[in-house]
Amino acid sequence: MRASSCWKCFRRRLRYWLDHSERHRLLWEEMEFHIESMTQELAAQGISVPDARAAAHRKFGNMTQKSEDARSTWIARWMGDLAQDLRLAFRGMRRDAGSTMFVILIAGLGIGASSTIFSVVNALLLRPLPFRDAERLVWIVNEEWSIQVDNYRDLQALNQSFTDLAGFAGVHVGGSALTGTGEPERLTNSPVTCNFFTLLGVQPMIGRSFTAEECQQKFSNPPAVLLSYGFWQRRFASDRAVVGRTLTLNNKPVMVVGVLPASFDFASVFEPGSPVDVFIPWPLTAETNRYGNTLKAIGRLWPDATAENAQAEFTVLADQMARQHPERNPVKPSLTPLSQHVSGRARPALMVLVCAVGVVMLIVCANLSNLQLARLGVRQKEMAMRAALGAGRLRLLRQMLTESVVLSCCGAALGLILAVVGTRAIAHLDAFNIPLLASVRLDGEALGFTLVAAVLTGILFGLLPALQVRSFAVGEALKDGSRGSSGRRRNTWVRNALVVSEIAFACALLVGAGLLIRSFVRVLDLNLGFEPERAATMRVDPSSRFSGSVQRNSYMDEVLQRTRSLPGMRAAGLTDVLPFAGDRSYQVSGKGQIYPKGQHPPEPFVRVVSEGYFEALGIRLQAGRGFTERDRESSEPVVIVNETLARTLWPGQEAVGQIITQDGGRRVVGVVADVRHEALEKVGGAEMYLPMRQTGDYGSMNLVVRTALPPDRLASSVREALKTIDPNLPVGEFRTLQDLVDKAVSPRRFLALLLAGFAGFALLLASLGIYAVISYSVNQRTQEIGIRMALGASATNLQSRILLSTLGLTALGLALGMAASRALTGALESLLFDVTPGDPITFIGIGALLIAVAAVAGYIPARRASRIDPMVALRSN
Amino acid sequence: MGTEKPKADLLPGTLDMLVLKMLMRGHLHGYAIAQLIQQLSDDLLRVEEGSLYPALQRLELKGWTEGEWGLSANNRRARFYKLTPDGRKHLAEESAHYRQVTGAVARIMGFA
Repeated sequence: MRASSCWKCFRRRLRYWLDHSERHRLLWEEMEFHIESMTQELAAQGISVPDARAAAHRKFGNMTQKSEDARSTWIARWMGDLAQDLRLAFRGMRRDAGSTMFVILIAGLGIGASSTIFSVVNALLLRPLPFRDAERLVWIVNEEWSIQVDNYRDLQALNQSFTDLAGFAGVHVGGSALTGTGEPERLTNSPVTCNFFTLLGVQPMIGRSFTAEECQQKFSNPPAVLLSYGFWQRRFASDRAVVGRTLTLNNKPVMVVGVLPASFDFASVFEPGSPVDVFIPWPLTAETNRYGNTLKAIGRLWPDATAENAQAEFTVLADQMARQHPERNPVKPSLTPLSQHVSGRARPALMVLVCAVGVVMLIVCANLSNLQLARLGVRQKEMAMRAALGAGRLRLLRQMLTESVVLSCCGAALGLILAVVGTRAIAHLDAFNIPLLASVRLDGEALGFTLVAAVLTGILFGLLPALQVRSFAVGEALKDGSRGSSGRRRNTWVRNALVVSEIAFACALLVGAGLLIRSFVRVLDLNLGFEPERAATMRVDPSSRFSGSVQRNSYMDEVLQRTRSLPGMRAAGLTDVLPFAGDRSYQVSGKGQIYPKGQHPPEPFVRVVSEGYFEALGIRLQAGRGFTERDRESSEPVVIVNETLARTLWPGQEAVGQIITQDGGRRVVGVVADVRHEALEKVGGAEMYLPMRQTGDYGSMNLVVRTALPPDRLASSVREALKTIDPNLPVGEFRTLQDLVDKAVSPRRFLALLLAGFAGFALLLASLGIYAVISYSVNQRTQEIGIRMALGASATNLQSRILLSTLGLTALGLALGMAASRALTGALESLLFDVTPGDPITFIGIGALLIAVAAVAGYIPARRASRIDPMVALRSN
Repeated sequence: MGTEKPKADLLPGTLDMLVLKMLMRGHLHGYAIAQLIQQLSDDLLRVEEGSLYPALQRLELKGWTEGEWGLSANNRRARFYKLTPDGRKHLAEESAHYRQVTGAVARIMGFA
């Protein structure tokens, strides 16, 4: 019963509220009746009617206030006030459309940038990984590379920290050729251990995961595949009946056992930038053990275990294994929580972006504060009038704040549009190897963030002007001669302080952006060890129908010969591993070299290449000779090493002519320059090149060509030439080497570009701020300037005075900004390359840039001031 | 006269009760309620207009009174209030409660 009466009360209240203008009118009428009755009573006592009415009104008091009091029983006072403030705010915005648009635009740009960055941070750092209990998953690698199968099996069996381990053996772009139905196509596959999906807590959307039996077969002949959602949609038009069907992969029948859900995006978590089409089983057998270090593992911790303890346990286990199995590759397990592994690399850059966008927002607020203060000067009389009519100080303050919050909320609406565009653009940056970037989107959390940001922004930039309101003494402002009041002087002081802070913030941003751009340029200038210009690559794996090496080699011969005969072709070669891909390494030593216990021989990366590869990629030969067609199975086993491996194995000696232990002894015939194979910023490490015709030990083959013309013009002719060899050959895309390099520098470029964009926006805002403050002060001092000019001050003199005051503000801002930058850029250190955080060129350049921009922003009002006609100036007012 | 203070402040919450009690006599408009309270208390209690109208709004909102427009004695449009059954019940509860409290106060003060 209580509830029902409450409900009735609420309904009545709602009705009153909806009908409030009518209610208000009736209340007013009721009160007028009351006064009329009082008047009549007084008149009956013999007072004249007008006097009686006046007395009744006096006794009744302020009708407006009384009616508001009465109204407040059914509509909260603040709600009524808010409605009024909103009305006033919108009226003011309409009246002053120009500056309103400007405020909304600036606030919108700032809030849009913040929301976009928030969405990125939310996707990459805040949201848990899309797996079951993702916080218990641990990333397990061998230093930073892969683990050999037998080592993995021992670790899996012996450890006490994890409920289980699972792993995947890399991602093989173009690793499977799909033939049979439709266009032949090269698929990107990822071999995974049997329990991989179970461990992550991922259920196939249709069908099932691999069975234990399917994981026992030969790796080269997988009995089953799982399709990724994207591939299933693209190739099979989301046909559910595909499960159970047989596909032809690498000329062998394979059954589709399941389709993974859309929510499982393997590539975006583990191998950003290489979407995986199919998953095949990675059997843990003697066969796969022979492939060397192949597995990257993930463990699921027991609820009471920690990654640190697991690390300690694995280090001990690895030592035992090294003693018991000297025949295996050494393993140095390195464990990190999976989330840290996935987003750890992006974290410093994201933190920089978060700080940058925060600083941009501060500049936006300072700028808008300044603008509102300028408008306040104009609206002083309006405010004074309101105060005279009984608006309390708090009420005026609230009105000002409502206005600024309304403005920033309008800005947020614009910002949301920008953020939607921004997040879409970022999520579709396929060329980026940043994990989880594809999952960036504007979600409910980002909407909430935007709302909070809008309100905070409004309060922040409205607070200073709102507090200034009280410094306008009512009487003084209502009088017309409003020059030089104390309120004004204070106002000027506040505005100068705001501009100085804008310059300081802009300076810090510019320095940060400058350092990152200089690092980026340095990275682009690096000697990569190969020349990416005019070079391109295409996947041309030999068909697995070729059973022997003779057949395979003749296929390779034909590929090379046909490619080289194309017009415009400078060089062509084959390799199994392209730059920035693959990390297979073998342990080798020089013949006769003995390593003491505890020391390991070097482990160079292995590349299987054909003759012409060094020329095609532009790798310089430093000594000896390159491979030739004569390096065949029947001839002497040879190898080419890079400078680092030559230096490591035979320090101070000639490497050419030495023998290394690989494959029972290979003679070094040449030494080539180091190639930055892993990452642009990383020196390549030891490498050795094996001639393709002397080994079958490669899983893929890439054709690399160097052309006289831009490579994409040759794409179709290369494809045609290859089709004549094998019409069933799935020809993949022609990728330029420059694309590979661009992809490798993409995160750095992205960060530098974004920060440069923020810094440019900040510079624009700061210069607008300077301009606004100087031209305001010129307007204020029109009379003074007129007098000075009448007394003989020259235009140049005036201009330089104004410019000097501009530069004074700028110098103060610069000094603060430089000091802050110097203190803060240390945090950038991990993102810089070949540039120190205190790089003098950057600091001096940014200083000069800011002074130049400030001079221009100050010069425009200064010129206007010098053109003031003294007579006009003196007559005005 | 307009500035003079009421001769006695009402105990908080009693205004609502007094208004309801006045309405036991029948339909009354706001002015009449104020006058009646003043007369019945021998001019001791004077209802401020500033609190009367919020009180009338409040009582109506709670569903204890119902207002309707009618004509006053001198033929002017006025808003007359009447008690609802809920209002009657509430008045009974309130007056019982008030009697207890004032009785207790009086006993302590030694008035009774």
